[in-house]
Amino acid sequence: MKMSIGAMIQTMSEGLGRTCAIFGLTLLFSLPLGLIFALLRKSRFAPVRMVMRVFISVLRGTPLMLQLLAVTYGPVYLFDMSISRNKLVPIIIGFALNYAAYFAEIYRGGIESMPVGQYEAAAVLGYSRFQTFMRIILPQVVKRILPSVTNEVITLVKDTSMAFTVAYQEMFTIGKQIASTTTSFMPFVIAGVFYYIFNSLVAFVMSLFEKRLSYYR
Amino acid sequence: MRILEINHCRKQFGTAEVLTDISLSVDEGQVVSIIGPSGSGKSTLLRCATLLETMDGGEMRYLDKVAVREENGRAVYASASELKQIRSYFGLVFQNFNLFPHYSVLKNITEAPMLVQRRKRDEVVATARELLKKMGLADRENAYPYQLSGGQQQRVSIARALAMRPKILFFDEPTSALDPELTGEILKVIRDLAAEHMTMVIVTHEMSFARDVSDHVIFMDGGVIVEQGRPDDVINHPKQERTVQFLSRFN
Repeated sequence: MKMSIGAMIQTMSEGLGRTCAIFGLTLLFSLPLGLIFALLRKSRFAPVRMVMRVFISVLRGTPLMLQLLAVTYGPVYLFDMSISRNKLVPIIIGFALNYAAYFAEIYRGGIESMPVGQYEAAAVLGYSRFQTFMRIILPQVVKRILPSVTNEVITLVKDTSMAFTVAYQEMFTIGKQIASTTTSFMPFVIAGVFYYIFNSLVAFVMSLFEKRLSYYR
Repeated sequence: MRILEINHCRKQFGTAEVLTDISLSVDEGQVVSIIGPSGSGKSTLLRCATLLETMDGGEMRYLDKVAVREENGRAVYASASELKQIRSYFGLVFQNFNLFPHYSVLKNITEAPMLVQRRKRDEVVATARELLKKMGLADRENAYPYQLSGGQQQRVSIARALAMRPKILFFDEPTSALDPELTGEILKVIRDLAAEHMTMVIVTHEMSFARDVSDHVIFMDGGVIVEQGRPDDVINHPKQERTVQFLSRFN
């Protein structure tokens, strides 16, 4: 079967909305979830710390692809039911948990890099633990971890293609289908260009954030 | 009026005893200097007094409030709400300033009074501007800490502490991170505060400054108070051999 490059681009573009949905929703849930994971990972209660440590280690130590399959089809095999009729739901759960695990370790590194003097100055001034974290520690941590977060966000753009494992009709999945019906490599080239443009935008936006936070050292 | 009283304070790090039976009191308007070699426990004592470290034994009282009492040889701390009240009685100026780098000079000074003491913004800002003027930094309220010299940063941190209207102000080697020129700036500020009868406890290595500014000097070594008294007696005419030995390097 023959297909013009223009037609390929147009068909693949139809999946771009879904690609963006995976990207946006994953960030929306994983960034705050990662912070919660990081705080639990540093909990005062040893059992909580242990559980989080194992949980994060499993999420980081097994393939994202496998996790997507587990969340999407696991409930079907185990309980003969699925999480949602909407395929996007298990995909976002899988992505958000996986990325939260990575973000948790980034947050933890940032929090642990803060000088103890900042906590002490706040304590002497009478800030509560919560006020100290929200007003003094977290804003500085965000600045410190921004370059590492940018790395993860760029990886996420490319990882959205993993959704093909559960046959979700995002841009890359469509491209793969076109490639096999037309026996052409062109859809992969188009996908590559799409990802590159997407990531250039991501890098630009992140550099704006970094610039906004460069008012202090 | 007695502002601070510490009796028989004891502190251990693991098995090492860093403070042994320390007692001291500070009255309103008094300036007390604590001198002694590094590792003598003076900073630890200050950190116990400011609740950054917990003492293992002894008592501590601020004004009419008991912060720490001793029960069966162990230190028992007051409730969290009482300690919160007690924290409002004192301020602490750190050796390395510990300003909040993401806040402007003005916000460094004004946030705690508004957030912790719930004072009105207008009043707090006016107080902060007055303090900055006194510190010779009237034109720097919008600067960020990294844009200031060490001496300026330390003056901001003194203003930050004073904005909380403490009954007593502690200084933990306030000039040790500064060069001699900047040291002079800070010592002048502390002298001015002493002239206004601010109650202060100063841990310092500046011997002539301690002699000039203090009402009472404490010499510590090895976690104990070796000698204390009027500044002229302790610094110019020390009686203990260890004090003589320590001070000989300064004269």
